[in-house]
Parts: sequence; structure tokens; C-alpha cells
Amino acid sequence: MSIGLTSKFLNLSGLEAIEISPERNFINVGERTNVTGSRKFLRLIQEENFEEALDVAREQVEGGAQILDVNMDEGMLDGKSAMVKFLNLIASEPDISKVPIMIDSSKWEILEAGLQVVQGKSVVNSISLKEGESEFKRQANLIKRYGAALIVMAFDENGQADTFKRRIEICERSYNILVNQVGFPAEDIIFDPNIFPVATGLDEHRTNALDFFNATRWIKENLPGVSVSGGVSNVSFSFRGNSVVREAMHSAFLFQAIKHGMNMGIVNPSMLEVYSDIPKDLLQLIEDVLFNRRDDATERLLEYAEGVKHHKKEAKVQEVEWRNKSLQDRISHALVKGVDAYIIEDVELARLEVERPIEVIEGHLMIGMNIVGDLFGSGKMFLPQVVKSARVMKKAVAYLQPFIEQEKNGNTSSAGKILMATVKGDVHDIGKNIVSVVLACNNYEIVDLGVMVAPELIVETAIKENVDIIGLSGLITPSLDEMVYVTKALEVKDVSIPIIIGGATTSKAHTAVKIAPNYQHTVVHINDASRAVTVVGNLLQDNNKPFKLELRQQYDAFRTQFLNRTKQKDYLSFEKAIENKFSMDWTTSKIHVPNVLGIQVIDGLDLKQLLPFIDWTPFFRSWDLHGKYPSILNDELVGQQAKELFEDAKLMLDEIIENRWLKAKATFGLFPANTVNDNDIIVEHDQKEYAFLTLRQQLKKRDGVPNYALADFIAPKSFGIQDYMGAFCVTTGFGTQEMASKFEAEHDDYKSIMIKALADRLAEAFAEYLHKEVRVNHWGYAPDENLSNDLLIKENYQGIRPAPGYPACPDHLEKNTIWELLKVKENIGVELTENLAMWPAASVSGYYFSNSGSKYFGLGKIKEDQLSDYAQRRNIELSEAQKWLNPNIAD
Amino acid sequence: MSDITNLIKNKILVLDGAMGTMLQAYNFDESDFRGQQFINHKLPLKGNNDILSITQPHAIKEVHRKYFDAGADIVETNTFSATSIGMADYGLEDAIYQLNYQSAKLAKEAAAEYELKTPDKPRFVAGSIGPTNRTASLSPDVNRPEFRAITFEELRVAYKEQVEALIDGGVDVLLVETVFDTLNAKAALFAIEEVKEERQLEIQIMVSGTITDASGRTLSGQTVEAFLTSVSHIPLLSIGFNCALGAEQLKPYLKRLSRATKFNVSAHPNAGLPNAFGEYDQSPEIMKNLIEDYLKNGLINIIGGCCGTTPNHIQAIASVANNYQPRALKL
Repeated sequence: MSIGLTSKFLNLSGLEAIEISPERNFINVGERTNVTGSRKFLRLIQEENFEEALDVAREQVEGGAQILDVNMDEGMLDGKSAMVKFLNLIASEPDISKVPIMIDSSKWEILEAGLQVVQGKSVVNSISLKEGESEFKRQANLIKRYGAALIVMAFDENGQADTFKRRIEICERSYNILVNQVGFPAEDIIFDPNIFPVATGLDEHRTNALDFFNATRWIKENLPGVSVSGGVSNVSFSFRGNSVVREAMHSAFLFQAIKHGMNMGIVNPSMLEVYSDIPKDLLQLIEDVLFNRRDDATERLLEYAEGVKHHKKEAKVQEVEWRNKSLQDRISHALVKGVDAYIIEDVELARLEVERPIEVIEGHLMIGMNIVGDLFGSGKMFLPQVVKSARVMKKAVAYLQPFIEQEKNGNTSSAGKILMATVKGDVHDIGKNIVSVVLACNNYEIVDLGVMVAPELIVETAIKENVDIIGLSGLITPSLDEMVYVTKALEVKDVSIPIIIGGATTSKAHTAVKIAPNYQHTVVHINDASRAVTVVGNLLQDNNKPFKLELRQQYDAFRTQFLNRTKQKDYLSFEKAIENKFSMDWTTSKIHVPNVLGIQVIDGLDLKQLLPFIDWTPFFRSWDLHGKYPSILNDELVGQQAKELFEDAKLMLDEIIENRWLKAKATFGLFPANTVNDNDIIVEHDQKEYAFLTLRQQLKKRDGVPNYALADFIAPKSFGIQDYMGAFCVTTGFGTQEMASKFEAEHDDYKSIMIKALADRLAEAFAEYLHKEVRVNHWGYAPDENLSNDLLIKENYQGIRPAPGYPACPDHLEKNTIWELLKVKENIGVELTENLAMWPAASVSGYYFSNSGSKYFGLGKIKEDQLSDYAQRRNIELSEAQKWLNPNIAD
Repeated sequence: MSDITNLIKNKILVLDGAMGTMLQAYNFDESDFRGQQFINHKLPLKGNNDILSITQPHAIKEVHRKYFDAGADIVETNTFSATSIGMADYGLEDAIYQLNYQSAKLAKEAAAEYELKTPDKPRFVAGSIGPTNRTASLSPDVNRPEFRAITFEELRVAYKEQVEALIDGGVDVLLVETVFDTLNAKAALFAIEEVKEERQLEIQIMVSGTITDASGRTLSGQTVEAFLTSVSHIPLLSIGFNCALGAEQLKPYLKRLSRATKFNVSAHPNAGLPNAFGEYDQSPEIMKNLIEDYLKNGLINIIGGCCGTTPNHIQAIASVANNYQPRALKL
């Protein structure tokens, strides 16, 4: 018994386990990786051509070998080191090492060296009583401790067993010693009762096959639990050169041996005829020999053999099926399977197909590597395979390199220099190496600092080597902090090199939330090697500013979003949150008195003026086309669709303007204002006071980061200076519903949706336009502002216009105050529904803050204490406050 | 001391939770790690938790006590990395015996206190034997797949040194855990068998592998069954899995293990999967419920926690472990 297994049978393992149960009938041991049995393999090992030697092993496994026999017993070889090296190489080839290894040698030293490098449960082939009982026991004891099964040869102090009697005597004696004295599990014992040649012409060989059959049956009946194995090709030794007879004999022998109980054996599958295909007359002749049925059996078979000798049997070339696929499929297959035998050949073909050699890397090879990435990501490939894939990749790229260089007219400069390091305290570098390999494949020069790299060294090297990108990797969790530390160290030194972050525990969230805020420049998280190429390519292109800006925006947005949804959070009491408010120095803060105080109304603005202010990206999103305008128009996936939609939109905009389908109206005002009680802003207009109630962040912040409320952006009354704020409502919605209904009536849902989407965009554009007018003219604090639309959309100006219902002020009730103050309904007709939605829908309302310290923030969640304080200030029941602010109340 | 092999027949044994997680709370700085004994040591020692058994023994013992208070039957010694290989980075190869011996004694002293308090409840100490930071069957160098950063023989020697000291310190069980690479574990088992033979003693062995991710394999690429098959040549008290995955992700692999083995089955999963910040935030209550699912399915003989688990987790797990029969052994 393998003590720990419920199975009663022989169990072995490579990367996968195999149970050698009776149902399996016969276990096929691959034998081509044996220097004594294969001249080709011997030559490969002698020439140290391990790559092809591995191909031999792979072919065996692909051809159905369930165990792989490895033998390095050759006088001219250092058998021990060849065994260790080859087994180590096999270990890094998962499609080979999935099967158990049979460590085959006549030297104990080599067997033990082999046992020390296989992680699975292997088979030792073989030990015997040849050198006496004590050596036999010593070896068996060690094999047991190494956790392997073993083959016992029918061999003792007097030599090899060549009769039935000697076979069973030696096997029985070995069994008793192993089971009773050594305590070796019976099912881990495999007997090899010696397969010897038949039809040699010598009389004493006439019963060789029969004795083997009988010994096998006896062993299986009398030595419970064991397996029987043998090297089948020995039996046909007399017929070397005659493959017809040999293959038929192997098959016939095997058929009978299995019937007698042999359950595993060393068989070359390409030297095996299908039993049922053996011509009846030949089968009869062979069986007569095997069972020693006739005195002239040997002569008759030899006679037959002479007759077929010259019919050269067509070589059964095992067609490797995947070689018939398309070029791309072959390259992908080679990368996924890590087979490099044909990669040069295929890459050369690919090179001839493309214009520039680099396209093979960017095209054919990356397609394959992306499959690898996907399979790895979904757990269908595991690490060693990926490393192997990278190796094939590297080989392919090395082949292409000279062509790429040539094309560059001798200019051998790399595409960029990339520093790679596993951070201090971490030793894991496989992922880093994969990324390095893949990047190197793409013509980047890699400066690899290795593992456990001190932050100082990273900074120093980055500066000294003038690298273009810094790659930080780590697998263990403390490495996350270490990356933050390295980033800070880079920031201190005013380094502006983009940083890429990777490794198993890293994440976009961590990168965005913990790392990026410490670095003014680009930080990006990369979760797989193939993406690394894209990102690095984009970062190192000539005009990389937009990409960097987009990354920064993406990460900033991601961070905000993430922080808003993280569940386990620490909160401050309301009181503490107020203490940690955003305090501006009002003695130096410039307060600009508005040029025009009071309320103004715009009735019927020319829509044309709004066109430059439209932010198109959300328009596409509303149609489920994702991507940033204008690059979305050229997007590979949705570009065509986006273009068509954009054309339609512009056509309709023309109609809207020409036919005055929509009307643009606005009311806004600027008023004296001051903060009272830390959280409320009192606005004065027409000798009346209006209170805007603001809400304060309560989430516990990092040191030095305040808990914001909008009230912080207005000077406190107690300070004694007059401050100002504004409010507004714009709409482009009047007319939308009528037109939409008309289109719907015409069964044109496309246009119906289109006009609503456009009205929304126009309303946002109006808000943008009006805000600018306010900044430049009406308030006039930024009279010289001259920003492009792009920068406007990015809110690159002083002052904010937060809208009730949005992250900084999620309290919709504030709209009531704005409506009262600005007389919105009376002035422009926009109404509030009972749930405080604006009608028409294409409307925007909000406040204006002008202070240079004011900024957008997300309120996040608030606690009970602030809620009840707010209810009191608002003079409503707690339950009503709860209802309005529900999404923002912490659990 | 009662024999653990008898006790385990009738009861689900509870193993302790994370040591590292508990030690973080002490916020030890470099000088704390050094203590008096290593005040002039040439290399920084901060982060070497194993050294704390010598320099801050009260803290280690306190953690052991907390786990016993929480209901653990077995605590692990603070020796996860205490081999000459793991300590080489800190230049502490000469302190291996002391590290393991002191750690074992500390845990045994804590166990003795609790056995005195509740004599009807025996407490055991398992000598923690980690995987080291090197792998014997994987190459660290992509371009040299035949290269190995450590050999079986080097591992065997290192493990033997650790095992001898742990046994001298009085551990009841040896726990070969967090097995990333089965060849490393086989070297540890080889060393243990040598010590057993040389000293003519019996000591129980637990083996706990690590399934690294959704591939369902060990880091060195083995399936559950291949891993089990590869370490089934030694009589083990238990076989199981720990680390890398939370209780929920571990379940399918435990089921496969439980089906295939005659040994007792152990599990000490992490407190869920790490969140984006590398922290484990699964609550004791949630973990308890996931573990209860194991117990309902009769998968478990020994249960505990790995990264991120605290005495609160162990208490929750122990409370539910008491209500179930241990997994029936397969004969």
C-alpha cells in the first residue's frame, strides 16, 4: 500500500497522478529516451543537443507513453550528470513531466541522483539481488524513503534467471525480503522476469517466451499486489532488420503476455503491428515459436521472414497533425505548447509574408502570446508552460533580430531601455522575467536588477542608466508597501520616468489608490506580459502625452470610484471630521467681488455657440460604444459604428439649430455669502437669507488630507470678510419631448433616442459655456482665461460648479433652495418633480465657487451623527433626512 | 500527554491561526528584533519573525496563549523559516538550533500552562517546517531550465538540523507545511525519517501542501492527486492544504484529497483571498460558516487557519468544530 492512498494498486505521479489498476490493462512505458536502446538519443546526448533530446521525450508522451523511461548508461557519458540534467530539463516541460519518470540505470549512483531531482513518485529501474541481500535491502530502504516504486530484475548472486524455476525462485525471494524485511509496499514492486529472444536457433532459447508467460502468471497468482513488466523488443532480437516480422511478433507477444498478467512494459509504439492486422499465417507461425509448439517452428518462421524481408514496409511516419494547419495556427500552437522545433521555419515564412520583420513580432507572435496570456489568466495554463512559451518567443525574436536591425540601416539602438526589479524583501521573479523576456522580444533593452533590489539601487540605476521605464515586481504582500516606498523615493529625486507595476498581489486598485498618488508622473499597473508590450509601446511613442494624461485620468477616476465603494472603512465622528476640515488661510486668500451681483436670465441662446463646448465621449457611452472621443472613431472594434453614429448626430444637430427644435435658457446669480457653523453657507439676496446646507466627508483620511465639505470653500462669517458664491440652472430641454414623440410616432426610435442624447449634451455644453461666461465676465475673476475646449472638459480652470445630486453634494433637497433663490421656475420654466428631478430632463443646476482652493471631491458615506445634525439644520424629521441621503449613509 | 493519534479518532483537532498577523500588532522595530542577543549582528533583522522566539519570547508565548485561549488543540512553533537556507539572508545560519529549540520550548511551556488549567484537554505543539525560499524542482532562471538554486541534498541537511532541534525542544508533531514544491517536502520527509531511524523514535508528521491558484496545482505544477501520491510513502498523521487560498476556494481540492487518502485530512486556509491591498479581511463569522460547510461534508480531521487568521477566527472555528464528528478514516 502506498500508505496514504485509498487505492490498492500501484500509483505513480509526474505532474499528474496515474493509478495502475487492473482496468487499465496495460501501461505503456516510453523507451526512446534511452541511450542503450536508441542510437539517435545517444548521439543527441553526446552532442549535448538537449533540445532535440527533449523533443524525443515529448514525442513519446504525445505518442501515448504513460511513463517515460530515461537511461544514460553509456561508457562515454558522465551518466550521473546527464541523468540529472535531462531530468531537470524534463521538469520544466509540463507536457512531458506530466507523466511519471522511470529512472533507468544499472548504477545505484545514477539511480539515486535521479531520485533526488524528481518531485513525483517515480519508478526505479532496476535493483536486484545480484550484489547480495544486504545491498539489495539498503537500496530498497532508500528507494522507499525517496518515495519511489521499483522494478526488481529476476537476477541474483548466481546470475540472471533464464528458466521458469529460477525466475519464480528469485522473484519470490526478492518479494519476501522487500515486503517482510524492508516493509516495502507490495503494490510498489514491479517484477521484470526477463524477456529473452526466441527463434535464435539455440535449443535452450526455445522456451524463453513460454517461461516468461508462465513466470508472469505464477508471480501474479503467488505474490499479491505486484506488477509485472518487461522490455518487449528483446523477444524479436533474431529478426533485426525485418520490421514486418518484428512488429508482428511484438504484438503477438504482448497480446499473450498481457493475458498472462503482464501489466506494464517497454514498447516502442512505432514498432508494433495492430494485432488484428497480423496476417493469419504469420500469426500462426509466431505463436508456434512463442509457445514452442513445434520442433520446426523456428525454421518455418525464418523461412517466412526471408520472403517478406525485401518488402520494405512503408514507414509509418506519424504525421504531426498540427503541422498541417495555417501558419498563424502553427505559430500559436508552438507558443502555447512551447514547442520550438519548427518556430524558426514558421517565423521565416511569416517574415516573407509581411512588409517589415517587426510585424511578425507584433502580429503572428503576439497573437500567440495573447492566447497564452488568456489561458494563463483563466487557469488553463500554469507557470512553467508560460515560461516555456516565452522561450519559444525569445527564439523567434532572436531569429528576426538581424532582419529588424538590417532594416534600420545599421542603427542598432533599442526601442527603449527598461529597468526591471523585484523589490526589496521579495525573491519572486518569474513574472518579472516573463515580462522582461517578452519586452526584450519587442526590441527593448532590459536592465534587470534581479530580486531583492534595494530602493536606493533602483533610483540610482534609473538615473545613471537614463532608463525610459521602471518596472517594479513582487509577489508577496509586503512588496506592495515596498513599491509605494520606491515610488516615493523616485519622487523625492525628481525622477519623472514612467513606472510599471506588476506581480501577483498587485492590482489596479492598489496601484491607483496607494502608489499613483505618491508620484506626479505615470504609474500603471500591468497584469500580463502581452499587455506590457502595448503599454510600454504607448508610453515610449513620440507623442506620449495624451496616453499619459489618459492613464492619469483613468487612475484618478478609478481611485475615486474605488474609495467610494470600499466597504470596510474607518469613519471619524462628525465632530472630528469638522476638526479636520479643509482650512484655507483667509488672510491671504484672494476674494474677488463679482462684477455683477444678483440674478440674470438668458432666454434663447443661439445653440451654435454651444457646439464647441460639447463633450462627445459620454454621448458615445450612452449608445454603448465605449472609448474616448475622438480616438473612438478609429477604434478597431467600434470605430466604424462610432463614425456612423457621429455623422448622424452632426446631421441632426444641424437640423436642431436650423429648425430651432430646442431652446436654450438659463438663469444664474452671484451673491454675497459666508459660512456659518462650519457646514452651512448663508447667501444674501434681496435682503433675504438663503441657507445652503453642505455635507462633510466622514471617512477617515490619510494624515494631512482634510475631510471636505463645500462650505470649506467659502469664508466663515466669524472671520469678518465678505465672500461670494453663485447658483445656476441651464436647460436645452424645451422641445425635446415634442420632437421625440414625433419621431416615435414615425417609428423612428433611433432619432428619438438621438435627440434626447443630443439635448443632454447641449445642456452640459451650456453649463460649461455659462460657467466660462461667469468666470470671464459676470464674476470676472478670470478675465484672461483662454482655454481650449479640451482643457475645459478636463476642468482645467479655477473654481467649480458642483451640482446637487452629484458626488460632492448628493443632497437633492438643495435644489429647492436654488429654485427659491433664483426663481428658476418663474424665470425659465424648469420645474422640479416631487423627487426633485429637473424637468425638462436636459437641464443642469448647481452652485459656483470661485476660490482657487475649491475642488471637486466625493462625499462618500456619512455616519448617524452627521445625519441627525443635518436633519436638525434642515428642520426635517430624521426619517426624512434618512430617505434623501440613504445612498450616502454608512452601514 | 495524551497520544494525539488516539485523540484524533474521536475529535476534530483545532490548529492555531497566523503568527505573522499577530506579531504585526506589536510593531517591533529593528532594535526589538535584535534584542540583547543580536544587538551587534552584522545584518538587519527586522522582518525576521522567527528570531523573535529568542529576542521577544514573551510576545511569541503570548500569541500561543491567545490561540490556546481561543480553543486550539495544537499550536505551531514560530519556526516557519528557521532553516539554514531561510536564515541565510539574515546571516543567522549559526542560530538554527537555538531558534528551533527555543521556539519549541516556548510553545511547550504555553501548552503546559493550559494543560495545568484544563487537564482534561491535552494541548499539542507542532514543529512548523516551511518550504524555504528556494525550489528544488523549478529553475529560477528562464534561460537555464536545467539549473537549480538548491539541491535535495542541501535541503535534506538543512531540514535535518531543524528537525533535530525541534524534537530536542519537545514538539509533539512535525508539520511540513506550505508545500509549494513537492521535492522540497520529500527532502524534509527524508530528513525526518533519518532522524527517526537514528534516534529510534516515533514522531507524528503532518504534511500540508499549497494549491497556488485557480489552476488547482501546486507551484511546481502537481495536481492534488499527484501531490498526494508523491508524499504517501511515509506514514503521516495527516495530509492537507494551507495558505494561498481561502476556505471557499480550497474546498474542491480538499474534497479530492479527502476522497483519495487514507490519512487524516487537515486544512488551514487563509482568511479569504487578499484584497487589493494585500490584506486578509474575511471575518471570523464568514470563515466559520465556510469551515462548517467542510465539517458538514465530513472532510476534516484537523482544522486551523493560515494568513490573516486571528484568535477570533480560531475561536469561531473551534466553536463549530466541537459540533461535528471528525472525517471517518477510509480503510
